[in-house]
Formats: sequence, structure tokens, C-alpha cells
Amino acid sequence: MSARELAEAVRRGERTAQSLLEASLRAIDERNDELHVFLHVDEPGARAAARLVDDRVARGEDPGRLAGVPIALKDNLCQTGVPTTCSSRILEGWRPPYSATVIDRLIGAGAVPVGKTNLDEFAMGSSTETSAFGPTRNPLDPTRVPGGSSGGSAASVAAGMTPLALGSDTGGSIRQPAALCGIVGVKPTYGMVSRYGLIAFASSLDQIGPFAADVADAALLLEVIAGHDPMDSTSLPEPAPDLLAHLDDGVAGRRVGLVRELLDGADPEIVAAVERATGVLRDAGATVVELSIPELRLGLSAYYLIAPAEASSNLARYDGVRYGLRVDGDDVTAMNEATRTAGFGAEVKRRIMLGTYALSAGYYDAYYGQALKVRTQMIEAFRRAYQRVDLLIGATTPSVAFPFGSKTNDPMAMYLSDVFTIPTNLAGEAALSLPFGRGEADLPIGVQLLGPGRSEPLLFAAARVLERVERGS
Amino acid sequence: MSDLTRDEVAHVARLARLRLTESELDLFTSQLAQVLDHAADMGSLDLVDVEPTAHPFGLINVVRDDVVRPSLSHDAVLAMAPDVEDGRFAVPRIMGEAP
Amino acid sequence: MTLADGWEMVIGLEVHTELRTATKMFCGCANTFGAEPNTNVCPVCLGLPGSLPVLNVRAVDMAMAIGTALNCTIQRSTFHRKNYFYPDMPKDYQISQYDLPINANGFLDLSDATRVSIERAHLEEDTGKSTHLGGGGRIHGADRSLVDYNRSGVPLVEIVSGPDMRSAAQARRYASELRAVLIATGASDGRMEEGSMRIDANVSVRRSGEPFGTRCEIKNLNSLRSLYHAIEFEAQRQVALLEDGGVVRQETRHWDENVGATSTMRVKEEAEDYRYFREPDLVDLAPDDAWRARVSAGLGPLPAQRRAELLALLATATPAQRDAIDVVIDLGLERYVHAASSAGVDVGVALSRVANELAGVDDVSRLSTGAFTETLAMETRGELSATQAKAVLADLLRGDGDVSAVVAARGFEQLSGASLAETITSLIESNPDEWRRYCAGDDKLAQFFIGLVMRETRGRANGRAVVSDLEARR
Ligand SMILES: [Mg+2]
Ligand SMILES: [Zn+2]
Repeated sequence: MSARELAEAVRRGERTAQSLLEASLRAIDERNDELHVFLHVDEPGARAAARLVDDRVARGEDPGRLAGVPIALKDNLCQTGVPTTCSSRILEGWRPPYSATVIDRLIGAGAVPVGKTNLDEFAMGSSTETSAFGPTRNPLDPTRVPGGSSGGSAASVAAGMTPLALGSDTGGSIRQPAALCGIVGVKPTYGMVSRYGLIAFASSLDQIGPFAADVADAALLLEVIAGHDPMDSTSLPEPAPDLLAHLDDGVAGRRVGLVRELLDGADPEIVAAVERATGVLRDAGATVVELSIPELRLGLSAYYLIAPAEASSNLARYDGVRYGLRVDGDDVTAMNEATRTAGFGAEVKRRIMLGTYALSAGYYDAYYGQALKVRTQMIEAFRRAYQRVDLLIGATTPSVAFPFGSKTNDPMAMYLSDVFTIPTNLAGEAALSLPFGRGEADLPIGVQLLGPGRSEPLLFAAARVLERVERGS
Repeated sequence: MSDLTRDEVAHVARLARLRLTESELDLFTSQLAQVLDHAADMGSLDLVDVEPTAHPFGLINVVRDDVVRPSLSHDAVLAMAPDVEDGRFAVPRIMGEAP
Repeated sequence: MTLADGWEMVIGLEVHTELRTATKMFCGCANTFGAEPNTNVCPVCLGLPGSLPVLNVRAVDMAMAIGTALNCTIQRSTFHRKNYFYPDMPKDYQISQYDLPINANGFLDLSDATRVSIERAHLEEDTGKSTHLGGGGRIHGADRSLVDYNRSGVPLVEIVSGPDMRSAAQARRYASELRAVLIATGASDGRMEEGSMRIDANVSVRRSGEPFGTRCEIKNLNSLRSLYHAIEFEAQRQVALLEDGGVVRQETRHWDENVGATSTMRVKEEAEDYRYFREPDLVDLAPDDAWRARVSAGLGPLPAQRRAELLALLATATPAQRDAIDVVIDLGLERYVHAASSAGVDVGVALSRVANELAGVDDVSRLSTGAFTETLAMETRGELSATQAKAVLADLLRGDGDVSAVVAARGFEQLSGASLAETITSLIESNPDEWRRYCAGDDKLAQFFIGLVMRETRGRANGRAVVSDLEARR
């Protein structure tokens, strides 16, 4: 059953939130040891939340649009009293004294947060292998990665542990694992979802977004978490978009651009899947044109300077003074160094070093400054493309889920797995990935739909067209 | 090949409050050089007249009213601290005054 | 003190002032001084993971008021992160303004008719506060430090002057005038002793006419007195060094009040690498004309003008009266002086009473200008002595009723004509010799009788009334 159907059943009193939760906890229990999806399952908290929902139904109140639906949270979202680690030793044992805005909104809509999912340490990675607590396995093939950085959240939905999950997407961290796990993942327009309580990786790129098994569930979840938040200065000053209302609008009369740069280097089965999806949209009445946006090729370079630069500053606060890990030292500087050296893993250190270098005196203009200008060019290039077409289509990833260890010794190879998703983050625009066809080893392929800022209603409608054909429903 | 040196990497590690072993220093020097080499594709562009973008959208004047909101409880604050004394966060000696 | 012949000081000041907002710069925690440690803190000002800053509009208003008062251009501005590790800074970066400050290119005119340029006056956040254990409470030699983040995130404006001052006295005059301006805008309480206004001085010396020399920065001067002495010391030190054929190193120096000397704090071998970059969690600040106009309209007359208005009430002002005027302006209490002056009370007395009797009081609201004027009028008419007038003012400031009630309660009412005459008669009878000599023309004895009357009446007689009574009987 979809999250929508489950919530409806709870609202009508046909199912209880507690029964949904118990089913979710059983599913977690069955496979979490094998897959390592959850770092922490908050049974008491989830039970209390589920009971609250059932009580409200019993009192004749409407507990909300996600009544009783269990949801998994990426462990970079702060939740009051619940361990929040970012999969890093440096935050091990920390329990935030406040909750992220999205979590307040979920609970307000009756959802039941069941626990915190594994991620690449501080969301830096594309395979969940950089987690300090061990990798997550892909539920569809446990010898392969689920993608990352939101690998745990994607795996939770793919393994049927929770109908919904939240992740965060800085350079593809929702869309890429969604593609590799065969589910729907959305990177909303920058500012559509509040970042308050999302532990920052790269502030100008980070967005929280939904994972779901189908397009409509993803739309519902995004509607619940989106909308202006006064606690986030970069939050768009407008309410959440109407997505479900436009889900069946179709794409007749729409112009779709098939982007060459979003296929370059992808496996042949993936190119074929994207072309087949393009055909489906054409059959549904869209006009399809082939486009080239050469600026997209520069995305990776700009991203791997901008994101680490912001991260180097965002991660400075983990210094052993106020919370989290402390490793003693003779003086405060020695203590800072000992703490950070012991608390951060290699990938995090690599990015902090890279970002510190890119911002440091003498290199700023050549690296960070130049990357910001490339970012401008990227935005301009997208803007020109969107004068010609309404949305763009391409691959989400160059390959299907890859085996563990295949890219861990070569950072650049790992970084390349985000080559198709990064440009959207740099532009602050919207994109989603949905499963469409199968590739190598019968693993799912993700097709990516991209649109300008605030184009989510159109992206979801187009995704629904593809999903209907793919599922025959 | 990027001209990133081992000394520069060591300097950056100090700025970032990270201690690297000799072998990590070698590894990071080559790995960071690889990323910087990849970024060389940007270096060759003439972007003199292009404005940098630090923010995706041009919101301005986002402010809040000057109204007091509840602070955290003292206990919740100190419960997080690795070391507390006298209601404050305790740290080892500080070697110099703030810049 | 002056420098040896042919040498000149070059001084620029960086003044940090805390803003008197209700809440901190980026969160809703109370901005108060002296609370229990770590009680005014929240996820934002503790730098907890995931927290985000939202700018306090009142801090912006106040920064704009300061910029307006300092004749600055108020411009579109951005926030940057200044990155460095320090335990009292929760995020290990400070949110500040860098290449585009909210206020730029202003000036402040001093009473000696010189103009000091203001390069910028930008917004930034304050840090927490460390207490050092061991080492006599100083950071050097301490074993351990304790950090309180109540001050973390308090809004600051940093005002950077041009290198325009040429003597320690001039630097002090600038700091004093700036302080008065900050207080007048309502943005600052100017309390240097509480650290709400802190000064760093950049000092260099040169032979007259030559280019600027290498400068040293003296950090955290917390009184006008230390500002003056630190600059004097530092300039003399640099001249002595240069005359000995040495060179001045660019460095940060610390002023030791007890020793009366500056000493090296940190040598700037290479420029600090703060890795400034745009704060991605905040958007640009672009005040429109309406916002600017609203701030200007809320700004009252500035100290220079208010000082001139008080000076105009005096024919000539003594140095003590000039000092009193400065105090009155700082405290914003000139309404009392103006009211008293309009009622014909001596302005010198009014200034002195405000600068002394009202200055130390936190809240003067219980003393109306009418009651103040009435008290001083009684003093002028001789119905109250100076001591009595001061006591009456003190009672009124405590809210102990109106003037006549206070005078009555204190027993300061003057004796009426009849009972005064009775007292004088009996004193004449018990001192016949003195009375005879007085009648014979020894005027000095009037003082003797006044003294007796005062003793007898415990000061409740009016001296002038006694004299006229004595005159009449002689
Ligand atoms: Mg400053
Ligand atoms: Zn706060």
C-alpha cells in the first residue's frame, strides 16, 4: 500500500498508526543487521508518536495528511533527544536539544519518525561507504552500494522498512541513491524546504527532499515539508506548491529537452532507458528537442571547490568545546586538532582540506572565485535552455549500483558518479529521479527530470506520465 | 599537473586544525592535486566580466523582529558539553588572545 | 608628553560597540549583560549543528542610525564569514561584513574643528567570554579557561576611522565624541567598563612629512584613560626604537594598565588567513529610501548641536562647566538644564546638579523637570542650602513625593518671620557684648549671629532673612 492509502486508512480508523509502526519495526528487524540501514531506531519515541495519532483518531480529530505513516530520517536531521551523528565519530552520542523544521512539520501531519538512517559521513560521498559506522547495503543486491549520501534513507524505502524517508541533496545525494535503489527521489528548488535543523554540508547547495516508492507519495511528502520557514533566511517566502492537484496534468503541449551532456559517459542501457522515456513523453503529447548545454561539463569542477569551501567552514565548529567528541590536548589548539583528527574520516578531511585551500589567501581567486563565476554561467545556461523548453531529461547516474570498494580508492572516480546531478544544485533548481527500466544485473535505472526553480508541479506531472507507462497503472 | 606542494597541504592542515601523518600528507597531496587538475578546465575560461554567484536566488532584506524567544535550558546546554565547570564550558589553556 | 622633535604620531581607531537591542543579532536570545553564565543561549548562538542565523531588524536600524550620525553612505551590503578557531566563538567563524559594509565613507567632526574620516561602520556578531583559571586570571599562564556564551551573537557595530589623528589627546577626543554620538543614537550605552564599547588603536610614528611608518595595533582598550596612555607609551616606544636605528615590527600589542606599558601579543609574520567568503546562510541587505528615511527621522539632534545649545546658555563656560556639559549630553539629561534655565535658575548651578546629583542614577524618570526647577529655584532664593537642595533631589529621584512634601519631611522648611524674630531676640539677650559691638559698626559680627541662629534652628533659617532682621534692629 502506498503512504497515501495507509494515511487514509488511519484517518478513517481502518488501520491504527501503532499497527503500521509495528509492521515497519518488524521489517527493520528482519533486514537491518544485513543492510545496515538504520543507525538508530527510536522505538519509544515512535510508539509514543503513533499512540498520539491513534488517540486523535479516537477523539474524532484529523491527525493529518501523513497520519500514522512511518518515516525514516537521514541522520543529518536534528531531532530533539534522538541521537544525531551525521555518521561521524565526532558527533557520536550527541542528542540535539531541538528539532529540524521538517520534523516538526512531519509530526504535525501525523507522520511517525521511526529512526535515523545511515549516510556518508557529513553527507560527503556517493555510496554510504564513508559512514564511520559502516556502509549500507543495497536491498536489491547487498553486494552493491545503495548510493549516497542518503543511502540509508533510500534503502529504507527500497527494502519496505518505511513507506517514506527524508534525505538531503547537495550534489545528487537524494537522486543518485533513489536511482540506485529503484525509487523516487526529489531535489526541490533551493529554498522550498527549510534547512533549519539540517546539519550543513554546503549551505548554498543543500536541500532536504523526499524518498518514496511512487511519484504521488513523493509529492505528498514534499507538500508536507515545503513552505516558508522564518527560521531559515534562505527560505522562499511562499507556501508549499500544489503537487498532487496537478499530478495528472500530463505533458501535452510541453516542450522537453533531451540533454546530450546528461547522457555523456552513461552506460548504454541507461542511455537507452532515457531515450525510451523521451519517447513516452512524446507519445503523451510533448514536443522533444535534443539540446546541448556545454556549461554542464564544468559543474563537477565548480562543485568540488564550492561545496568543500563551504564545508570547511561549516565543519569548523566540531572542535571539542561545546558538544560531541573531545580528545584531550595540552592546550586548546592541541585539543581541537586531536579531536578533529580522531573524529573525522578520510573523505571529510579531504574535503575540508580542499575547501580550506580553495579559500585561502592567494588561491581564492583562482579556485573559489572562479568556481562562483562558473556557477553564474551554469545558471545562465539553464536559463537559456528554459527559454526553449519547459523541462529537461537525462540520466540520473552514469551507471547502475556499483559494487562495494570499486571507487573508494579513487576520489575522482567517486565524484564522477554525481556528474549528472550536480548542475541542478549549483543552479538552485529542481530535479527528480524516478526508476525507469533495468540495466546491468537487472538493477534499476534512474531517469532524471530537471526544471527551473519552482517547476515541481510540472516535474511531478511528467514523472507521473513515465511511471504510469512503466507500471502499467 | 597541479603545482600543489606537500608544504602547502601541511599549511592547510594547520589552518583546518587537522593533524596528518606523513603518509596521509603524501596521499592527500596527490589526491587534492588530482581534483585541482580536474578544475583546471575552469581556469582556462575567460570569466573576467562574469559576476560570481554565491546564492542561487536573489532574496534581500530577510530579517526578524527584535522579540525575545525562550533560550535553551541551562541543563540542556551543559548536558552536551564534554567538560563543564561552574556553569561554563571548560577548555584547556588558551595559548593566545583572539585575533 | 610630546614626541621628540620632528616626530609625529599617526593614529587610527577601531571601535566596537554592542548594540542595545532586546535580542541577539541572529537569534531570539535576550541581549543582556550580567546574566547567569550560559542561560541566554540557544542552538543558533551556541553554533549547534543545523542551526541558522536570521538577522535582527533592530540591529540593522541601529547600524543605519550610527551610519547616518557619522555622515556615512548607507549602501547595499553583504555578510561574510571570517574563519578562525577560537573557543569563545561557537561556529569557529564570525559573521561579519567584509568588502560591502552597510556604512562607508563618513566623518566625525571634533570640537577642535578637525574632521576624522570614518572608513566604514559594519555589523558583526560578538563572541562569548572566557574566564581564565590560574595565572592570576590572565590568559597567559592560565591552566584552563571557562567559556560563557551569553555574549555570543550580541550585535556589534565596528567603526573604523581613517589614520587621521595626530596625538593621543586627539584620539581621546575622537573616542569621547564618538561615544557621545553612539549614546545619542540610542544604539549603545557606551559603557566601556562593561565592555560594551571597546577600542583597538593603530599607532605608528613618522618624521613629519614622511610616509606612514609601520603600525602596531593595541587591542582592547577599555577606558579613555588607557586609550590615551597606551598611545602615548606606544608612540614613545616606537620613536625610541627608530632613533636607536631599530625597526618597528608590525604586531598586535597588549596594554597593561598596571605596568603602564604595551607588550607584544602576537607578531604578524604573515597576514592572518581568515578565508573570508560570503555567508551562504544570509541574504543581502539592501535598505531602500523609505527605510533610510525612517531611520533618519528617528534620529534626534547629535551631541555637537546639543552641546552648542547648552553652551549658548552660559556667557562663558569654565572648564568644569564644559565637563559637566559633556556628562549631561552623554546622559541625555539636558532637558533639566533647559527647564531650569527658562525658569531663571542659574545655569551653572543647574549643570552642576545634573552632572553630579542625577548622573549616578539609573532611572531619573521619577524626577520631573518641574520638580527639579522648583528645587533649584528654592536654592537660588536661599530657601534651601546647597546641601539641602542635593538631599531634596536625592529624595525626589527615589520617588519620595513632590518638592514641598520632601522639604517638609526633611524639616527643611524655613522658620516663619515671627519664630525667627523670637530666636534672634533671645540670642541678642544672651550675647550682649557681641550685640553692642555689632551695633557700634563691627559688621563681621553679623556672621557670628547667623552662625548662632543656624545652630539654634538646625539650619532652618534663611541667612539673608537673618541679616535683614539684624540690620533692622541695629
Ligand atoms: Mg571586527
Ligand atoms: Zn541564541
